Amino acid sequence: MSPRAVRRRLVSGVMTGLVAVLCATAVLPLLLIFADLIHKGATAIDWNFFVRTPVPIGQTGGGVAHAIVGSAIIVGTACLIGLPIGIGTGIFLAEYGTGRFPWIVRFVADVLNGTPSIVIGILAWTWLVRPVGHFSALAGSVALALLMVPMVARTTEEMVRLVPHSLREAALALGYPRWRTSLQVVVRTAVAGIVTGALVAVARIAGETAPLLFTALGNLHLSTSLGQPMQALPLQIYLYATGPFEEWHRLAWASALVLMALVLLLATAARWATRRRYAAR
Amino acid sequence: MLRGVLFRVRYTAVTARAKSTGRLSRVSVLLPSFHNRGDRAYRVTLTGLASLLPLLLVVVAAELAVRAWPSMQRFGFSFLWTGRWDPVAEVYGAGPLIFGTLMSSLVALLLAVPLALGVAIFLTEFAPKWMRQPVAFLVELLAAVPSVVYGVWGVFVLIPFLRAHAVPPLKAALGWTPFFSGVFYGNSMLAGGIILAIMIVPYIAAVSREVLRAVPGSQREAALGLGATRWEAVWSAVLPYGRAGVIGAVMLGLGRALGETMAVTMVIGNRHDISASLLQPGYTMAAALANEFSEATTGMYLAALFEVGFVLFVITVSVNALARLLVWRVARGGAAGSRAL
Repeated sequence: MSPRAVRRRLVSGVMTGLVAVLCATAVLPLLLIFADLIHKGATAIDWNFFVRTPVPIGQTGGGVAHAIVGSAIIVGTACLIGLPIGIGTGIFLAEYGTGRFPWIVRFVADVLNGTPSIVIGILAWTWLVRPVGHFSALAGSVALALLMVPMVARTTEEMVRLVPHSLREAALALGYPRWRTSLQVVVRTAVAGIVTGALVAVARIAGETAPLLFTALGNLHLSTSLGQPMQALPLQIYLYATGPFEEWHRLAWASALVLMALVLLLATAARWATRRRYAAR
Repeated sequence: MLRGVLFRVRYTAVTARAKSTGRLSRVSVLLPSFHNRGDRAYRVTLTGLASLLPLLLVVVAAELAVRAWPSMQRFGFSFLWTGRWDPVAEVYGAGPLIFGTLMSSLVALLLAVPLALGVAIFLTEFAPKWMRQPVAFLVELLAAVPSVVYGVWGVFVLIPFLRAHAVPPLKAALGWTPFFSGVFYGNSMLAGGIILAIMIVPYIAAVSREVLRAVPGSQREAALGLGATRWEAVWSAVLPYGRAGVIGAVMLGLGRALGETMAVTMVIGNRHDISASLLQPGYTMAAALANEFSEATTGMYLAALFEVGFVLFVITVSVNALARLLVWRVARGGAAGSRAL
């Protein structure tokens, strides 16, 4: 082999190795974060952590029951508002997806998907906090719902598009009107995929902190009223992590572990559902 | 009978119209959409829901602009580069915030782009088949970690590590440059940039991977057939083909970095200062909103914060829009990267 050929092979080998190393480096932080979460979080978790509310500063113990309940309420309400809009938009994009207006909707959805969540929080504040004069869980839910819509719309569109055209043709040939074809045949076939998309979106908004800062605000006590400030798990973590007390830091790690576990559970459930569906085809 | 005739007439009319405008959707050939009242209601409902999104974009921009108006009027364009932020004297300038936002995102890009491209190239071109799915899944899991969890990790793990092990050698080697001068206390531009880099790697990697996968196999085969090594095939045939998409992917990452709030707020130091040194604390627009919005007491303070929000919104929307167009050009119409995971 000529020296030039040797050099070219060498470069190819070295660059392949370099790319592999870069890839490994990119995965490393994830492993480190998980290791730290489990190492530092697991020791602070006991039964009380899930069923009690915070104790006064200086005492040890206490839990984040109020934040878990709050997160569930805020995210649940957000789903009630956001899912119908998002899924409807997604079906529209899949069923009437050609032309200028759908193009704009698709484009705006993708752009809004990358918009800072704190800006959406500001919008919710101007609509629902400022006029009322006090913070409320509802405002937080609305902010999260607005974040959800573009995500859900795009995944729904993708899933509905996967439905084979022959199914639609069969229904239409049997004399079904278009709307029933769409709802009872096409969307129904895609329902597993739509649920997956919704789960992924829920996993993402459940971890959002920024849009809740000046909407749901946070609360040190258990509250179930949508009209009042409410605690959410991410807000609790932020409070504990930025506070000065050793005990709070311990609780921050524990809450972070719980939040991470919840998010991962939702995300992997979503993955698992899609995988099974594809395998069945 | 009459119904049949009417149907036929309408059908012909509608398809003719559709053909002449060139918007012949798949189903309008099969059935005119308005022959059934339910169909019309269905379409109107869905269109109504879908129009909420563009409406939202316009409303956000308008709301921010209107509420920022007092500040825009009073400080003009100098708001964008002056540095005094004084709620007592009611003088506001967002220079340090804009500088910090751009600087932290730049640091993040410098660190994240090689890593993310490494992931994308390795997984599409070199990795053995059994490795691709699991590694891609791991990288995308990074996108599922909530921002505030990154913040916790940054405060309690990353910053102590930087202080003890990373910054001293860095200062010894590069302390003479303006970028690594001064005393390192922990919360700093460097910490913010690193956290941001970790957070945007999955986005850039996922979208670039999609783009590289969309490069036709014939590109690789042609290069290899001409005697290129595997790396030369990637470098001279695959990457140039997907260039626009990869640039788009990087810009999507940039958009994320510009607007990222919680993790940055927790590690960047939150000081209205402009310093070239990465070891010094800084501030970003999103962090300022997170910290100061709920304590803004006077009208002008609030208006200034709204203007910060407006600037942030305009910048991120432009970056995202441009990125989207670039990515769409390559991986046509797919929702690449718009998935949360």
